[in-house]
Amino acid sequence: MTRTRVFIPRETSAVSVGADDVAIAIARKSKQTGSDIELIRNGSWGASWLEPLVEVEVDSQRIAYGNVSPADVASLFDSNFLEGGEHARRLGPIQKIPYLIKQDRWTFFRVGLVDPLSVESYTAHQGFKGLQKAFEIGSEAVLDAVNESGLRGRGGAGFPTGIKWRTVADTAADQKYIACNADEGDSGTFSDRMLMEGDPMCLIEGMIIAGYAVGASKGYVYLRSEYPLTHRIFLKAIEMARDAGWLGENIQGSGFDFDIDVHLGAGSYVCGEETAMLESLEGKKGIVRYKPPLPAIEGLFGKPTVVNNVITLASVPNIINLGGERYAGFGVDRSKGTLAFQLAGNIKQGGVVEKAFGITLRELIEDFGGGTASGRPVKAVQVGGPLGAFIPAEQLDTPLDYEAFIEIGAMLGHGGIVVFDDLSNMAQQARFAMEFCAIESCGKCTPCRIGSTRGVEVIDKMIAGEARDENYELLVDLCDTMEDASLCAMGGMTPYPVRSVLKYFAEDFASGTRGADK
Amino acid sequence: MSMTSNGFDAAVASELIAGFEARPEMLIQILHTFVERFGYVSDAAIRQLASELNLSRADVHGVVSYYHDFRTEPPGKHIIRICQAEACQAMGSRELTAHAQDTLGVDMHGSSDDVTLEPVYCLGNCACSPAVMIDGRTYGRVDTLRFDELVGGMGGDAIDSH
Repeated sequence: MTRTRVFIPRETSAVSVGADDVAIAIARKSKQTGSDIELIRNGSWGASWLEPLVEVEVDSQRIAYGNVSPADVASLFDSNFLEGGEHARRLGPIQKIPYLIKQDRWTFFRVGLVDPLSVESYTAHQGFKGLQKAFEIGSEAVLDAVNESGLRGRGGAGFPTGIKWRTVADTAADQKYIACNADEGDSGTFSDRMLMEGDPMCLIEGMIIAGYAVGASKGYVYLRSEYPLTHRIFLKAIEMARDAGWLGENIQGSGFDFDIDVHLGAGSYVCGEETAMLESLEGKKGIVRYKPPLPAIEGLFGKPTVVNNVITLASVPNIINLGGERYAGFGVDRSKGTLAFQLAGNIKQGGVVEKAFGITLRELIEDFGGGTASGRPVKAVQVGGPLGAFIPAEQLDTPLDYEAFIEIGAMLGHGGIVVFDDLSNMAQQARFAMEFCAIESCGKCTPCRIGSTRGVEVIDKMIAGEARDENYELLVDLCDTMEDASLCAMGGMTPYPVRSVLKYFAEDFASGTRGADK
Repeated sequence: MSMTSNGFDAAVASELIAGFEARPEMLIQILHTFVERFGYVSDAAIRQLASELNLSRADVHGVVSYYHDFRTEPPGKHIIRICQAEACQAMGSRELTAHAQDTLGVDMHGSSDDVTLEPVYCLGNCACSPAVMIDGRTYGRVDTLRFDELVGGMGGDAIDSH
C-alpha cells in the first residue's frame, strides 16, 4: 500500500496561524496510530481565511479540511480523515472550492498544487517548459511573444514588459542584469511572497527566460527582510535548481549561462522604487536616482538592467509555453491578462484571487471576499498600497483595469485591496498617509521630505478643528506641490489617498479625535 | 533570525566580512549578519566595516542610519514588531499597539531588558491581520488575548525561528 499524502502549507500566513503546529501534531498522531503518511509542505492555495488548510490525497483527489488547529487532530484521526472521512472541518475536494475554481489561475496555477521544493514536482506540472521552448524558438521570438502578450509591469507602474525587455536587448554591453523586485512593501499585498513560497521555481524560470531574451547572465532578487520564511524557501529552491542543472553554466546543454543571487532589503519602503532598489542592491542608502538614464540603459552597476516585479517575471514561463496571444485573450482593452489580486484588511475571506482584468471591486469584495470580517458595511477600499486612493463604497462597481482606475483618480498598483468598515475614521488614514511618507521618504527631494511632515501638522490642525477651511486650502496646495514636484511616486502619490479623503470623507475631519477612530 | 546580544567581537566581525569577500556592495548583507550575531551595530562595528570594506565611516554610518533594520542600541532579549500598516489598522492594530505598550511597559521603539517593541510597515500577512513578528517569526490574527498568550510563551531565552 502506498503512503497517504498529506499537504500542509509552509507559507507565512498559514504558519502564522499555526500550520507548523498542525503539521507536528499530525505527524505525531500518525506515528502513534501507525498510519503511513507522507507529509508535503506545499504553498498556500491563497484562500488565507481557510488556513491552516490541510489536504489529504484520496484516490488521486485532494480532500481539504479548513481552519484546522492542533486541537482538531485527534478527532480528525477518529473521523478517518486520512481516507477523506467526514468531519466538521471537512470542505470537500479542493478543486470544488468556489473561491478557487472561479479564478483564472495563470501565474498561480501551480501554487498550492506542487511541492515548492521539488524540481521533480515542478517539471511534472509544466515546469521549465517555457524555458525549453525559449531555447528552441530563440531570443527574438521570446521578445515578440512577451510583447504580443500585452504583459505590463505588475509591481504597480504597469509599464509594458515587452518594450522594457526590447530596450535592454538592443543596448550593447559587456554585462547586463535581471533585477527582480521582491520588495513587496505595499500594505495589503502579499502575492509576490505567496508565489515565491508556493512556486519559487516559476520565478527562477521567468528570470532565466528574461536573461536569455535580453542577453543577461546574472540575476538578482531584492527580497524584503520582513519575509524571512520566503528567504529560506527561495534560497533552497535556487540551490535545488542549480543542482539539477537549471541554473549555472550551460543550462541543460543550451550553451546559455545564468545564475541568481538574493539580496535582502533592510526595512526601507522606498527601496521598492526601482532606482532606489538598484542603489540598495549596490550596498548603498536607498536614495532614488534621477531618470534618465533609464535602468534599461544604465541600471545596476551602470549596466543595462531589466527591473521587473516577481509576478511579472513569474507570468512569463506560461506566456512562452502557451503563447502570447493566449495570455492576451484574458483581460480588457490595454489591461491584458490576469492580476493576482489580494484581498486584505477588514475582509471575511481574505487571500489571493487571480482574475482577468475587468472584474469589478464589488465582485471581488462581495463574491470572493464575502464582505467585511466585522460584518459591517464597507466604508472605503484602498487599492494599490499606501499611495493608492481610498475609494468610497459608491464606486465599488469600477472595473479593475489600469485605465479605469486612473479615470477615477486611483491606481491599481500591485493589486492589493484593503477594506475598511464604517467604523473607520478616514481622516486618521489621511494623516497616516502623510506620516508614512515622512517616515519612509528617502529625503532626496524637498516636497516629499518636508511636505509630508507639514502634511501631518496641517491634518492634525484640521482634526483639532483649528481654522479648518484655511487649513483645507493649505493641504490642497501642499498636495499639488508634492504631486507636481516630487522625484518619485513616494512624494508624488502620497497626495492620492489624502485627496480622496478630502473629496469623499471630509466629514471625518470633524469627528476625528486622534486615536478615537474605533 | 535568532537575536543574541553577545556584544561585539572584532574577530567574529572580520570572519563575517570575509564571508562576503569584503566586497563593499555587500555592506547591507554584512550588516544583517552583524545584527543577527551581535544584536545591533555598534560604533566599533562601523569603524571596522569602514576599514575592512575600504569605505569612509560616513558611508557606513549613512547606510546604518538609513535602514530601519540596523539598530544601533542593544535590544531586549525578545524583539516584538507590530504591524502599523493599513490592512492591520483596518483590523485594530492601533488598539493592539496600545495594549502592547501598556502590558509590556515599553513604548514603540523602546526597550526593556526583556523586550524591544518596534513598528513594522507590513509583514505581508494582510489577509490574517493584525500581524505581529516575535523574534523573527510572523503571527497572524493577533487579538489582545492571543498577544498575551504569545508574549507569555516567549520564555527566558530568545526563540530561534527555525
